[in-house]
Amino acid sequence: MSKRVKLRIWRGDSKTGALKDVEVEANEGEVVLDVIHRVQATQMGDLAVRWNCKAGKCGSCSMEINGKPRLACMTQVANFEEGETITITPLRAFPVIKDLVTDVSFNYKKAMEVDSFTPPAGLKAGEVRMAQVDVERSQEFRKCIECFLCQDTCHVIRDHEENKKSFAGPRFFIRLAELDMHPLDILKNRKQKAQAEHGLGMCNITKCCTEVCPEHIKITDNAIIPMKERVVDVKYDPVRWLGSKIRKREGIV
Amino acid sequence: MSEKIPMERHNYDVLVIGAGGAGLRAAVEAREAGLRVAIICKSLFGKAHTVMAEGGIAASMGNVNDKDGWQVHFRDTMRGGKFLNHYRMAELHAKEAPDRVWELELWGALFDRTGEGKISQRNFGGHEYPRLAHVGDRTGLELIRTMQQKIVAMQQQDKKEHGDAESYLKVFAEVTITEVLKESGKVTGAYGYRRENGNELLFEAPAVILATGGVGKTFKITSNSWEGTGDGHALALKAGGNLVDMEFLQFHPTGMVWPPSVRGILVTESVRGEGGVLTNTTGERFMFKYIPDVFKDKYADNEAEADRWYLDQDNNRRPPELLPRDEVARAINAEVKAGRGSPHGGVFLDVSKRIPAEVIKKRLPSMWHQFYELAGVDITKEPMEVGPTCHYVMGGVEVDPDTAAAIGVPGLYAAGEVAGGMHGSNRLGGNSLSDLLVFGRRAGAGAVEYVKGCQSVKVSDASIKDAAERIAAPFKRTGGENPYTLHQELQEITHNLVGIIRTKSELQDAIEKIAAIRKRIENVAVSGDRLFNPGFHLSFDLDNMLLVAESTAKSAIVREESRGGHTRDDFPVMDPKWRSQNNISSFNGKEVVVKQQKLPKMPNELFDLFDIDELEKYLSKEELPNNAGVRS
Ligand SMILES: Cc1cc2nc3c(=O)[nH]c(=O)nc-3n(C[C@H](O)[C@H](O)[C@H](O)COP(=O)(O)OP(=O)(O)OC[C@H]3O[C@@H](n4cnc5c(N)ncnc54)[C@H](O)[C@@H]3O)c2cc1C
Ligand code: SF4
Ligand code: SF4
Ligand code: FES
Repeated sequence: MSKRVKLRIWRGDSKTGALKDVEVEANEGEVVLDVIHRVQATQMGDLAVRWNCKAGKCGSCSMEINGKPRLACMTQVANFEEGETITITPLRAFPVIKDLVTDVSFNYKKAMEVDSFTPPAGLKAGEVRMAQVDVERSQEFRKCIECFLCQDTCHVIRDHEENKKSFAGPRFFIRLAELDMHPLDILKNRKQKAQAEHGLGMCNITKCCTEVCPEHIKITDNAIIPMKERVVDVKYDPVRWLGSKIRKREGIV
Repeated sequence: MSEKIPMERHNYDVLVIGAGGAGLRAAVEAREAGLRVAIICKSLFGKAHTVMAEGGIAASMGNVNDKDGWQVHFRDTMRGGKFLNHYRMAELHAKEAPDRVWELELWGALFDRTGEGKISQRNFGGHEYPRLAHVGDRTGLELIRTMQQKIVAMQQQDKKEHGDAESYLKVFAEVTITEVLKESGKVTGAYGYRRENGNELLFEAPAVILATGGVGKTFKITSNSWEGTGDGHALALKAGGNLVDMEFLQFHPTGMVWPPSVRGILVTESVRGEGGVLTNTTGERFMFKYIPDVFKDKYADNEAEADRWYLDQDNNRRPPELLPRDEVARAINAEVKAGRGSPHGGVFLDVSKRIPAEVIKKRLPSMWHQFYELAGVDITKEPMEVGPTCHYVMGGVEVDPDTAAAIGVPGLYAAGEVAGGMHGSNRLGGNSLSDLLVFGRRAGAGAVEYVKGCQSVKVSDASIKDAAERIAAPFKRTGGENPYTLHQELQEITHNLVGIIRTKSELQDAIEKIAAIRKRIENVAVSGDRLFNPGFHLSFDLDNMLLVAESTAKSAIVREESRGGHTRDDFPVMDPKWRSQNNISSFNGKEVVVKQQKLPKMPNELFDLFDIDELEKYLSKEELPNNAGVRS
């Protein structure tokens, strides 16, 4: 049942690199990570790729496949046309270390900047009572496997290194929303901080992050928009907001 | 590679090797006691194998059935392990698991809730009452993320107090430890390399905690992530520690079998806990045929009663699908061998006929997703095909139960899957995550006590030179063996000869073949340079896997009985003589040596928790203390 597939894999380091063509066997049901591993075992022993679980659970194998941010372990080879060349490149928003491996330390720095979960003083272990409906909203965001595909796709930082300093990115907007909606968290100013310190205002709700999320977290609808709404304290209208953003850029507001 | 390889030098009080549940919990404990702690892991922070755990954390909180308590949990654990568990570990685990789960809530974890707003608990194989705290079927992710965020919270506090977030607690991600260092018999630190660039690191520290997880990648079909290469097992052996009962490997009964690329990926036991049934090609619900005598009083022998149990657990026996994993795995194996398997060599597991589609998607979301995306199967409409997969190693580093100190190596500790003893011959589902938390914390505390009483340590230049030479070696060879090929060969050997059903001749064959590969690995060469080079990384992992496989095969050949995760075709039943024996592996510099050691004797008050009739099924007359156990 095996067939040959054509891959075009980016190989290089922080300084130089180029796309390399290879052909490799693919068996029925295989995912892109399988064929990358076969290339590694048979043709390019030092081809760098991150992975852990090969089951879509750890978020390690993020890369761009035909230009789309994806998990290699959840992308079926059969999804591509017969004879089509599959182009595999590292995440574009982060600096390359080698081949398909990028330096994602940006995300760990941003995680450090989010004020941690803060329960009320004196809360005792074993005495917590919370209703299922009250935990569900935050649970949705805690499904995040930190694949950083949403970060990679977000245009605010994808090609704008200069924005990284002031923009935490969708992964951390859902973290902020999660804490904001957490029944036990007592910090009151999370939304304001999201706006003032984490760059929530730079997001213009393109929803690209939601589209790539392998956990199907509704990043924009359930986290970003509700926070934006409450931050500005008016019913949120994306079009009007976008208008105001453009004027602000032009120095009108 | 003649240029000088840079080496970083670090100094800590405690080194934690591993950032899974056990390692992170140990690090929190040691940092809270005021010590300086380094956490080292092979992957990025937050990606450790623990992230894959699905079903839940076992703890007798009694939220769903208030008859539960530590005594019941202890009993279930000993039964599941067929009385080969270290009783003291099982006791501490059962007693402390609830506190460890509750404390996660104070660190931000959000478990699923009961109607009263408590942590919900679900049924699982071998557990008498609903006991597993869970978040859908992604409990491991919740545990890892909670601990990861707790570490970040502690670092933020350190930043406030000391100006530097990493001054007291630092994570070294994508670093592989290749050696635990010792001087005059005591631990002095560890040596390793950065995966990113091959640069070397020396850590000086009086205490090292191994929390390196399992060994699944020694097998061809496994549910484990790539990290499960038995590094901690091998590091302990090489440092002079012992491994206990390495023959016991858990083959989880339900891994995916089709398509080939996903073979081995886990199908959580929750599928059965939620009502999934196993059938063969004839449509027979075959588990009723495989209820062993020791479990006859606890498991239903007919469908009607099994089905009633889901609604009324007090008056019905449980469905046999929920027998301990070793029993279910052997049953599936037997059905397939008898020609009653599914098209791709497994059996059928079906929830679609018993639970409405919306409920399946809500309770088992990642299972739905996994089958839909990877196998094109909609589990709300059709059955899954499943078969056994190598899942967990019960064997591991021999430790002192209270402190998690590795026996025989002052300064070395081990917790989590890398430690042995707790689960005996077979682990119950959910008992690993709780084990990580209970013994992770204890290892942290044990190391703290030890460090308080010892002087600062220094690693000698000779040790550094040796460790560095070992790392450089594969680059100096040209035209040697390909590490990927050797890995595949090893996986074939373990799969075929040391797998779920074993016999003497095959084990003998395995031991010889493993020794032959070990010779060849001395000649492994890697292509490319030190920059993020997976071939280079694998050459070290491979060395560890070989030592582990050798220990497993050598322990398996001497244990002439079948018990838990060790089934011998030539010795198909439990032998009370072996019930009281642990197999202890050590390393003499050349090969693994296995000897027997008597199990510690359980005190009377723990014997009294059991029915004497049950004890008599496992223990010989001489082992039973006078008047122990309760006559029902
Ligand atoms: C699919 C799946 C589902 C599971 N579901 C459940 C469940 O529902 N309930 C349950 O109780 N158990 C479950 N288990 C078992 C459980 O997840 C594991 O036993 C447990 O997570 C092991 O945790 P650990 O902390 O010991 O190590 P791991 O989480 O395996 O972490 C090991 C760590 O050590 C590091 N490491 C290893 N070697 C080195 C080295 N040489 N140098 C530096 N770092 C190193 C790794 O990078 C990693 O950070 C499941 C297992 C699998 C595979
Ligand atoms: S919706 Fe906002 S955060 Fe998401 S990709 Fe678009 S700009 Fe970025
Ligand atoms: S929100 Fe989704 S896309 Fe973003 S990091 Fe988490 S899982 Fe990945
Ligand atoms: S390898 Fe874990 S998500 Fe792909």
